[in-house]
Amino acid sequence: MDVKRLIWRGAIAAALGLAPLVTTARAQDIYVPLLTYRTGPFANSGIPIANGMHDYLIMLNERDGGIGGVKLNIEECETGYDTKKGVECWEAVKGKNPAVVNPYSTGITLQLIPKAAVDKVPILSMAYGLSASAVGEKFPWIFNPPATYWDGLSIVFKYIGEKEGGLEKLKGKTIGFIFLESGYGREPLPLLHQFAKEYGFTVKEYSVAAKEMQDQSGQWLAVRRDRPAWMIMWGWGAMNPTAVKRASENGYPMDRFIGIWWSGSDDDARAGGQAAKGYLSLNINGLGTDYPALQDIKKYVVDKGKSQVEKDKFGEAFYNRGVYNSVIVAEAIRNAQKVTGKKVVIGEDVRRGLESLRISEAQWKELGLPGFASPITNLSCADHNGHHAAYVQQWDGTKWVKVSDWITPMKDKVRPLLEEAADDYVKKNTGWPKRSEACDKST
Amino acid sequence: MLYREAGQFKTSYLADQAIFPIRQDRIGMAVIIAGAYLLTLTQNDFLLNAMMIPFLIFTLAAIGLNLLTGYTGLLSLGTGAFMGVGAYACYKLTSLFPDVNVLVWVVASGFFAALVGVIFGVPSLRIKGFYLAIATLAAQFFLEWCFIRVPWLYNYNVSGAIEVPTRTLFGIPVTGPTATAQTRYLIVLTIVAVMTWLASNLVHGRIGRMWMAVRDMDIAAELIGIRPLPTKLLAFAISSFYCGVSGALMVFLWYGGAEATVFNINQSFNVLFMIIIGGLGSLIGSYLGAALIFILPIVLRFVPPRLGLDIQAATVEHVTFMIVGALIIFFLIVEPHGLARLWQIAKQKLRVWPFPY
Repeated sequence: MDVKRLIWRGAIAAALGLAPLVTTARAQDIYVPLLTYRTGPFANSGIPIANGMHDYLIMLNERDGGIGGVKLNIEECETGYDTKKGVECWEAVKGKNPAVVNPYSTGITLQLIPKAAVDKVPILSMAYGLSASAVGEKFPWIFNPPATYWDGLSIVFKYIGEKEGGLEKLKGKTIGFIFLESGYGREPLPLLHQFAKEYGFTVKEYSVAAKEMQDQSGQWLAVRRDRPAWMIMWGWGAMNPTAVKRASENGYPMDRFIGIWWSGSDDDARAGGQAAKGYLSLNINGLGTDYPALQDIKKYVVDKGKSQVEKDKFGEAFYNRGVYNSVIVAEAIRNAQKVTGKKVVIGEDVRRGLESLRISEAQWKELGLPGFASPITNLSCADHNGHHAAYVQQWDGTKWVKVSDWITPMKDKVRPLLEEAADDYVKKNTGWPKRSEACDKST
Repeated sequence: MLYREAGQFKTSYLADQAIFPIRQDRIGMAVIIAGAYLLTLTQNDFLLNAMMIPFLIFTLAAIGLNLLTGYTGLLSLGTGAFMGVGAYACYKLTSLFPDVNVLVWVVASGFFAALVGVIFGVPSLRIKGFYLAIATLAAQFFLEWCFIRVPWLYNYNVSGAIEVPTRTLFGIPVTGPTATAQTRYLIVLTIVAVMTWLASNLVHGRIGRMWMAVRDMDIAAELIGIRPLPTKLLAFAISSFYCGVSGALMVFLWYGGAEATVFNINQSFNVLFMIIIGGLGSLIGSYLGAALIFILPIVLRFVPPRLGLDIQAATVEHVTFMIVGALIIFFLIVEPHGLARLWQIAKQKLRVWPFPY
């Protein structure tokens, strides 16, 4: 058995020997770590986003030689949507001067928020994470453009109001809310209950725990009994396709079932097949491949075999979501280079770049993505979100179709709640640091 | 040759009953402890934050479960939930009484976990084995449900998660984002070392013998005067105490915040696998098991980039899964009694080396 003991000793020695080598990085690159998940129960949502994020940045490297002449060093860290591994990834990347970290999980974001200010790394949680982190005075290192979950819910209600002929028509009706039992799914609840009070409808909550997200028969049986006028979904991963399938099986009218932008991937709706026709979801980015930038991705990355995307999934809703995320990262880096005058920017610079980020309609066009997303015009030191518009898309049986204009959220309703939630967060976390970061005026 | 006890004479019962009767063991132990404390000098945050702190915390949970499953023979699937009780208790206590030092609450939260453990341990008098596992499974689901559905437990936070505030000890932050990895490691190491020492004294003394008697044959144990119910409940209480402290450490000194899903059934299984692979009824086994299950995958993840191989992060993850799985099977085939038994055999061989008989 001596041999085995030696193996064991060797393993320990390897562990101790390898670990100090983990944090080394090249100084002349801009390091962009991507926390992604291509494994685990949420991989179906994670893979297209990971591909989109990765491919756009690689395309910039291939086509333009990086940003401002500096190459991007892109590295994926697999989280499996697991908080533990997400925090581990943070520890692994934070020493390498990352430009920005995208956790791509609300749970991981919640863990990282307090660490960001200490480690001086900005977090971009694009349209997810803690809604209250939109308040820049309290959360100088966290950014969640283009819209918060609460904005999303208000957009859903604007759309419902449009269809019902006024939100006051909701009085006495029932609205069902089916959500993943997690920080993410619970986020919109306060605003939902406020709306219920305001417009006089009843809310039925159907929570789906992660372990039953591929079943959901109980929840949809209850939906059948309650017959809500509208169903709103905050789902993720395997929960989405299951919910769409169950809804169609239970004969719920699909055109009254509307998901947040994270419940609107092609795979989510495809699972329901033709029966899912009519299913609605919000979206914050353009669909399809008819954008010059996406054609460049195809030319420089996909066709050269540098991408993991399957050919027929290129340009799907979530792939483009990943592209959108990378556009914000890239433009923040470009803006940081402009603001600081440095070429190789690190976290502290990119934080300033994000705070004064502007992507006007003309700039979207310049980027090769005309009309791809709502122009980013409202970011400021106080507002790290901007409350930008989203639109509603509908599944036609084979693909998503845009069915509404860009709808702006009810900022007047959302913002006071955000401020309140941010105050509450700071109050509960005694010793929360006061903002000491200076403010750059946007140009 | 070096590892031989010839010439070491014991002149008192005390010396004979020592935990480490052999001088070489004592020296080895001192070296390990000194080395562990010397690690605080490292500036490598990743080593401390992502490897050592979690490893020690999982070890503590594994020791807790080992006291129950390994020493008393009561199978439990509620470890994750008991850890959660400790974490939520600590969170409530420190938000209700912010002026009391958080480390007091970390230890005190163990008592809440112990209380809950005793309640769910009551059926253990009547049922054993798989049946008890199902009863503890009920604890797991019930408590997890509480963590989600009782908003009072997480102070009505919108996100449903608990956030760890900054707390200090002698003016140095020990919890919250500003606490350095070194400080936190030092605290976790000290707590885990002291609690291991206590556990070792427990299992070598009267209580440990009672537990083992119940494990080996409860009817015989009853006949020689051991009352089964108090013994089993004591095992549940102390085991849950350990799990509770480890849960509180996990949230306060490692994660810095947590959602209820952290304490789900997977966590229970994880700890159970640690003690099965490490060795049931062995404290060193708890350490070895936690190292194999927790540290090995992390190390494996860093092997391909070290070797200069450009492999996708997801592929590495899949390969890691496969290697760890294969290793678990390999170790269990080679030694069904776990790594601790391998360690014991190795020591035995060393004693007679180079002239085995």
